Parts: sequence; C-alpha cells; structure tokens
Amino acid sequence: MSQATQAKPEQYIVKDKSPMIMAINDFWKAFRKNKPAIAGSIIVAFFVLLAIFANFITPQGINDQNIGIRLQPPSAAHWFGTDDFGRDIFSRIIFGARLSLRVGFLAVIGSIIVGTFLGVIAGYFGKFLDVLISRAFDILLAFPSILLSIAIVAILGPSLNNALVAIAIVNVPVFGRLVRSRVLTVKEEEYVVAARSIGMGDMRIIFHHVLPNSFAPIIVQGTLNIATAILDAAGLGFLGMGAQAPLPEWGKMLSDSREYIQNAPWTVLFPGLAIVLVVVGFNLIGDGLRDALDPRMKN
Amino acid sequence: MSEAILKVDGLKTSFFTDDGEVPAVDGINFSVNEGEILGIVGESGCGKSVTSLSIMGLLPSPPGKIVGGHIYYKGEDISHAKESRMRKLRGNDIAMIFQEPMTSLNPVFTIGDQLIEAIRLHNHLSKQALTDRAVELLKLVGLPRAKELLNEYPHELSGGMRQRVMIAMAMSCNPKVLIADEPTTALDVTIQAQILDLMVKLNKETNTAIIMITHDLGVVAQMCNRVVVMYAGKVVEEGDVKDIFNHPKHPYTEGLIQSIPDLYGKKDKLYTIKGSVPKPGSIRQGCLFAPRCEFVMDKCKENTPELLGDSHKSRCFLHQEQA
Ligand SMILES: Nc1ncnc2c1ncn2[C@@H]1O[C@H](COP(=O)(O)OP(=O)(O)O)[C@@H](O)[C@H]1O
Ligand code: SF4
Ligand SMILES: [Mg+2]
Repeated sequence: MSQATQAKPEQYIVKDKSPMIMAINDFWKAFRKNKPAIAGSIIVAFFVLLAIFANFITPQGINDQNIGIRLQPPSAAHWFGTDDFGRDIFSRIIFGARLSLRVGFLAVIGSIIVGTFLGVIAGYFGKFLDVLISRAFDILLAFPSILLSIAIVAILGPSLNNALVAIAIVNVPVFGRLVRSRVLTVKEEEYVVAARSIGMGDMRIIFHHVLPNSFAPIIVQGTLNIATAILDAAGLGFLGMGAQAPLPEWGKMLSDSREYIQNAPWTVLFPGLAIVLVVVGFNLIGDGLRDALDPRMKN
Repeated sequence: MSEAILKVDGLKTSFFTDDGEVPAVDGINFSVNEGEILGIVGESGCGKSVTSLSIMGLLPSPPGKIVGGHIYYKGEDISHAKESRMRKLRGNDIAMIFQEPMTSLNPVFTIGDQLIEAIRLHNHLSKQALTDRAVELLKLVGLPRAKELLNEYPHELSGGMRQRVMIAMAMSCNPKVLIADEPTTALDVTIQAQILDLMVKLNKETNTAIIMITHDLGVVAQMCNRVVVMYAGKVVEEGDVKDIFNHPKHPYTEGLIQSIPDLYGKKDKLYTIKGSVPKPGSIRQGCLFAPRCEFVMDKCKENTPELLGDSHKSRCFLHQEQA
C-alpha cells in the first residue's frame, strides 16, 4: 500500500504548512520578477496615497480663486502653475486623483458584481437565458464604449456620478462574457461532475467551484478596466458629459484649459500627465497580474 | 438470491449533435444486486461512461438525453426523476468515482475542504465532528497522515492518493451503489492493484454494491461476481465471471479474454481485436460486430442477433443455433 504514499517524501519535509500563504508566496515570487508591474504598482500606490491624504498634502484649496495670479507658470509657490481662475493646479490634480480613482474603482466593482451575476446565470443555467443575456452583451459591445456612455449620460444627465454609472454599465458585458466563459469551462471540469455525483447542488457548485476558479481572470480584467474606466471618465469630463465645474476632475481640467494650450501649456500638461500615469500604472499592474496568475505559465 | 437494487431496463441514451442523433447507448439491460460487484467491460467508446452518467442523471444535456427505457433504484424509476430528487440520491444512495483522479478534485481547495464539504452535504454535524469523520474516512481508504492530508492541496498528492480521496468522498455517506468508471485506468499497475483491493475491501465491509466499469477484463477477473460485456452501445454478453472466462459465448468476449496480458503467458505477442468500435448508429443492419468478427456468417450481416440465454446470455448466432 505504500507505493502511493512514498511517492514524494522529500516534499513533505520542506512543505510550508500553510497552503494559503504558499499560494500568495508563489504569486508574489512571480509578480516581483516583473519590473514593469512593480513600477505600475509604485505609480498606483503613489496616486492612492495622494488621494487618501489629499487634505493634508495640498498647499492650497482647490477652489481658491485669485484672478491676480491667473495662468502663472510653475513656480516654488505653485509647482504646477495656476489656471485661468488663478487656482493652484497642483492642489487640483491631487484632489482630482481622488475623483478619478473613486470612479475607476467603483465603476469596475459595479461592473464586476453585475457582470458576474449575469455571466453565471448565462453560463450555468444556459438555454433561453443564455441566449438572451449573451445577445444583450453582444449588442452593448457592438457600440464604441465612449459613445454608449455618452448615450447613457445623455439619458441620466451629465454629472460625475452618472458618468460612473454609465461606465459601469458599459463594462458589464466585459465581465459578463469573461465569467460566462469561465463558467462554461469550469462546468465541464471533472471535479464539478464529481461534486454533482455526490449530491452537490447548483448554488454550492457556483460558490465552491465556479467563482473561486474565476477569481484570477476577474482580478486581472478588473485591474485593466480600472485604467479604461478612468480614461473614459476623463473623456466624458472633457466632453462636458462627466464631472461639472468646479470639480477638479482631470478630463474636465483639460477641456477647461484647452484654449490656453499655446500661452499656458502647463494648464493642460499636468492634468494630461496625471491621466497618462495612472492609466499606464493600472495597465502595467494588470499585465503583471495576468502573467503571475495565469495557470498556464505555472509548471 | 439477493434482490436487485439497481435495474437498467432497455436504456437508450442518445446525443443530438449537428450530424444527427448518435445512439451512444442503445437498449441495454442489466441489474445489480445488493452488495454485489458487477463488471461492465468494453472497449473505449462503447458507451460505458454514458451508461453511468445516465444512471447518475449527470448526462451533459444538451446534447445528451435518455430517449428510452427505465432505470430503477429500489423499484423507483429514476430515469426521468427531477433534479431535486436526484440530488438527494446522489452521494446518499448512488455515488460515482471517475477515471481521472488528477482532475476530479478542485485544484484551489484543500483535501479537507472538499472532503468535509462532501460529508456536510448529507449530514448536519458540528465542525469537530466533520473533521473527525473526514479523518476516519481517509483512514478507511488507507491513507496515512490523515490529519495532515486535510490541509494539503490536490497537486501535492500522487494519483493513487487522489483516487483514494475520491473514494473517501464517494463513500462519505455510505451509498448503496458505487459506480466506478475506470477508476484505475490512469494509474500505474501496482497502484491499480491496491485501489482494486481497497474497493473489494470496502465492498465487504460496507456491503456497498459496486459497478466496476473497465476496458480491462483482467480487472473484472480480479474482483467481480458477474460481468456485462458491452459493444457499440449494446450488451453482447452477460453472465457469471467464471462462465464467461471458461466458456465465452461471443467472439468479442473471446477477443477481450485473449488480449488480457499475462493470463495465457504470452506477454510478447499481445492479441488485439482488429478494427475498432464502429461509430454509434453507423451500422443499421445485422450484427454490430460483423465487420470485425472472425466467424462472420451470411445471416450475421442481414439479421440482428438478440441477447438470449438464462443466466449466461449472449448476442451471437454462433451460440444460438441450438436455442
Ligand atoms: N458529449 C458527447 N457528445 C456527443 N457524443 C458523445 C458525447 N459523449 C459521448 N458520446 C458518444 O458516446 C459514445 C460512447 O461514449 P462513452 O460512454 O464515453 O464511451 P466509453 O465506453 O469509453 O466510456 C462515444 O463513442 C461518442 O460517440
Ligand atoms: S453474430 Fe455473427 S458476426 Fe456477430 S459475433 Fe456472432 S458470429 Fe460474429
Ligand atoms: Mg469512459
């Protein structure tokens, strides 16, 4: 009887007894080697800290207007210069981080919740509901996402929160399709048939087998989508369909200052840079997560 | 004679594919008595797995569907039972283990998580009692270090150990019938023998009837009382293991017996039946085995033989002359 048990004795000696920690260690080992992903994490962590501690960091209030110092170039007093109302651009960008990150995170969390729900129903219960949900996703995905969000905001009325809702809705099919395809794969796995063969019901199978095995791709896609959500929110802000004055939303700041691009380029340069940095940061993390979590990359 | 606990009566299961209806299982009959070990043998593709999934109500549907016949468990027809009824039966009354111990466990949970979840499905026990029962089950299936195993992940176990865990999960609620679909095919020969021994031991200790599905008559010889030989979705021979080995009444069974390694001491030249199992539904007239049969006669191609006989049945004209 011992053949089976003697198979890998050495493994038991060195084995870390906490498997959860082992899994995290494995992940961290793979992620750490990915230089761009680390750079992305540092960028994002930096912006998250800015957003959290905005009140303590900003040298000036975001809406402190002073026509006397309008459109001043960067200086010791105003690191990023001032805008057409004489407001401190540095302070506004820091508060803008708060707005953009909030939209990015909340919109994606909303899309993940709704998309997962619909994806599980479509993939697991199939048949008529699958056709209905999948076709709805196809239709939503047929439109360019920014056009669709504009249409939704046009119905709801322009505001940052409505932009958030619109972006969340537009991204639902992304997660819905992802989860549906995971469900279809996992559903056919032998361990699901085995679980059913001992009497496990649908709900338990979904929560015990399907969702845990869909977690990694959702996290990867979610991270990448935070970047697009932030970009879309800025786009909507730029078009006047998102954040409204005087909110220091980066896209809105860009559009408000675009007539000064020649005379006071810093008014558009810094909001633009902020957008690019955050988006690149999340994309780098997302790519790194994908590489570290992709089971095909592991042995 | 003891009572039939599971009876499959004229079961027909088809897959509805783009190429039309594929009759994977085409009218099979057999029954399993309480505490018995029944073997089902046949080459790959002859419908063994489809038969077991039909019994469990686990056919992938669509495209699979039971299109005819009945499956009786303790007299109750479960061939079209509601999912809620089947869920109660699965695990409690009928359980199943699968061919691939490598993929039958969820890679993201520990052995303990999965085994305890299996026990909890049909028992309301405290956390401590669940753990105790899990340890007890792992010991029952001959796994050492049971307590530590609970915290290990499937990938840390060998194939044989995983199959033992699968058996422990299947046995967790003392089912009356255990369907084992090629449980040792993916394992080394030595491990294979250990797992078969374990199953015979469990059968003796718990009186659980076992349906042993295999493509290897050697396995049947080792552990079964009776055997059903399947070919292309039909039963071609059925009887006591001894009768079938000593007096096979179907050329296909003869071929299977000759292709068991070792049994006739001719390891170097392994016999194989020429040709392969026809695609289900591709032969419409005559004996399904005719294209591969050494003894094929004219009438074999025109008429379809019936499954005839009392305790030892066969579906071949050669053995029905006198009948
Ligand atoms: N999901 C499926 N879709 C279509 N046909 C199937 C499917 N599963 C099985 N079949 C058909 O059923 C036949 C029997 O398969 P199976 O029962 O798995 O054979 P085995 O005896 O090797 O277990 C196969 O030859 C195949 O044609
Ligand atoms: S019926 Fe004819 S073809 Fe079929 S197995 Fe018997 S002898 Fe062979
Ligand atoms: Mg099979």
